Amino acid sequence: MNRFHFIIIGSVLTLFSSMVGLVLLPIRGLGNFEAAPDPETGELVPPPLSALEARGRDVYVSMGCMYCHSQQVHPPSVRTDIDRMWGERRTVPRDYMQQGVAQMGTMRTGPDLSNIGVRNPSQDWHLIHLYDPQTTSPGSIMPPYRFLFRTQPIGESGPSPDALRLVDEFAPPKGYEVVPTDDALALVAYLQSLKLSTYEVPEAARARYESKRQ
Amino acid sequence: MNPEHIARSRSERLAIDRAARWPVGVFIGSSIFWLLAGSLLALVASIKLHDPEFIADNPWFTFGRARSAHLNAMAYGWLSSAGIGIGLWLLSRLCRVPIEDHRSLTLSAVFWNFGNLVGVWGIMRGDSTSIEWLEYPAYAAPFLLASFAFVTLAAFNLVRRRAPGHIYISQWYVMAGFIWLPMLYFTAHGLLVLAPVQAPAQPPINWWYAHNALGLWFTPIGLAAAYYLIPKIIGKPIHSYYLSAIGFWSLAFFYAWNGMHHLIGGPFPAFMVTASVVASVMMFIPVITVAINHHMTMKGHFRYLIHSPTLRFVVFGAMSYTLVSIQGSTMAIRVVNEITHFTHYTVGHAHLGVYGFASMVFFGAIYYIMPRLLATEWPSRWLIRLHFWPCAIGIAIYFIGLSVGGWLQGLALNRTDAPFMEIMEATIPYLKSRSIAGILMTIGHLAFGVSFIWMILRRRAATSETGPTLFSLPPQSADST
Repeated sequence: MNRFHFIIIGSVLTLFSSMVGLVLLPIRGLGNFEAAPDPETGELVPPPLSALEARGRDVYVSMGCMYCHSQQVHPPSVRTDIDRMWGERRTVPRDYMQQGVAQMGTMRTGPDLSNIGVRNPSQDWHLIHLYDPQTTSPGSIMPPYRFLFRTQPIGESGPSPDALRLVDEFAPPKGYEVVPTDDALALVAYLQSLKLSTYEVPEAARARYESKRQ
Repeated sequence: MNPEHIARSRSERLAIDRAARWPVGVFIGSSIFWLLAGSLLALVASIKLHDPEFIADNPWFTFGRARSAHLNAMAYGWLSSAGIGIGLWLLSRLCRVPIEDHRSLTLSAVFWNFGNLVGVWGIMRGDSTSIEWLEYPAYAAPFLLASFAFVTLAAFNLVRRRAPGHIYISQWYVMAGFIWLPMLYFTAHGLLVLAPVQAPAQPPINWWYAHNALGLWFTPIGLAAAYYLIPKIIGKPIHSYYLSAIGFWSLAFFYAWNGMHHLIGGPFPAFMVTASVVASVMMFIPVITVAINHHMTMKGHFRYLIHSPTLRFVVFGAMSYTLVSIQGSTMAIRVVNEITHFTHYTVGHAHLGVYGFASMVFFGAIYYIMPRLLATEWPSRWLIRLHFWPCAIGIAIYFIGLSVGGWLQGLALNRTDAPFMEIMEATIPYLKSRSIAGILMTIGHLAFGVSFIWMILRRRAATSETGPTLFSLPPQSADST
């Protein structure tokens, strides 16, 4: 072999062929979804993220939550996600169209969060859990996000309304309270919004059928 | 060869190495800095996974950031800088022309490092994109792309001026890698970070990029180095020209279609996933081809592993390549993927590839190249030993620990009666074994760093008496490190 242009053109073409199949075709097939009306309520689903939820999504991205938590529910033919109550049906591409940045993930060091807003809607629980996961899940290896909270002296008018109800060894020193920062509140709003398996999109019926336990 | 011929060939090599000294030296030197920085970040991330209170109150070091900073520091700082340096040197030697644009290339090495510095800093301050293998924020990418454009142009310049004659397989791989990485990075960065496509279409593009960054960038440079160094050191041509050609084209054709097996079971059309599963299994062809070719070349010469540091690292890497590739093909098969995906098993696999294969081959190549660039020898065989053994034992512990732990984790996740918390707790001993492995590997890297700095500070010329720094002297003296 002594013709370099043959190697160069061949290298470009082989990669280009895969670009057509794995980049251009997905953009064509998965990149142009529109919200569809819910057959019962007529509202467009999935709904767009609110400004607060979008900010929370940015905090999720910035912290790298995705490296331990997936956001995709698989059918029983593949994994036991439905049995683990991670969603009532498998997720379909349209469920993600409003997410902006796909956070589907590749690790399950922690549980799947596709429907954490359904499974655990409580703002208090999420705030306390983010402050220190040991409060609600002893033995967890999730990092504490105490830096998303402020420990401050209790004011003269009494404790702030959004102060965390922390007990025992997690409680702040006497006379102090722990309050969430705006980032913490946004992150929790985003987590509460995660209900990816609940939208009545056109593909939902088929996804539910595929998600029946065998 | 007559003596005149030998003298001419020697002066040609000296001219090539002298021209490569600055650009290749700066790329390789800075790669070692990133290797050390990446090792520390790795340790932080690893310890956090079994001790979440470790450096818990500094957001710059929270797990999601330390982990991504580690990955990118290693992928773009260590492996890519070393890969560019090694690739340029191989190309220059094999084209038999000195690098012309050494000033612009040295400048591009500075740019490359600045891009990495900005990128890692960006991740740690909170601007990570959380797109796997593309975590650097948008403002770091222009430095990397501009720098790589210089590298690719310089490579074309070498190829254009090459001495007439046969083109060796290492030149194919290096040139292809220098073309593939910018194509991949430009496309994926554009469609995922600069002007993101709709979220459902992002994961396929992400995995097309991430898997190909391994397969069409680190792999070609690693194979190019192995194809060059093994015959050089044992003094025997490569076993088969035809096998190397088959290996190259089947790698180019099949590897490019890998990646979508990361999406099995997810919200994606089946045809895409199936295409990648098929392509992954077809990877048996290039892998077995390369394995046979390297093994048949080495056959009868394994005793050189006792003496030559370069050969020991490279052969360790080549064997890891065969192992990790066969393992990877099996992991794309649905029944296996259903167990191993989403678990630490995948992390073990990834490290066998980027560390056991790519990093080990690059270590070997650097041991070969640096004495030629600096006309000086490595200062201590003990330091090279202290580099090899902790790294070799470390990656073995790493791989075995996470493979066993990850496999059990996957089996348990697929049972309906295993509570999630118990599954997580059961992985902790394996995660601790990973931290021990990481400490060992970091010790090896420190020895490498000390060796490198010592070598530059104390430029002891290699004389016929000292000769190359070998682990031990062979019965008949070998002529290479």
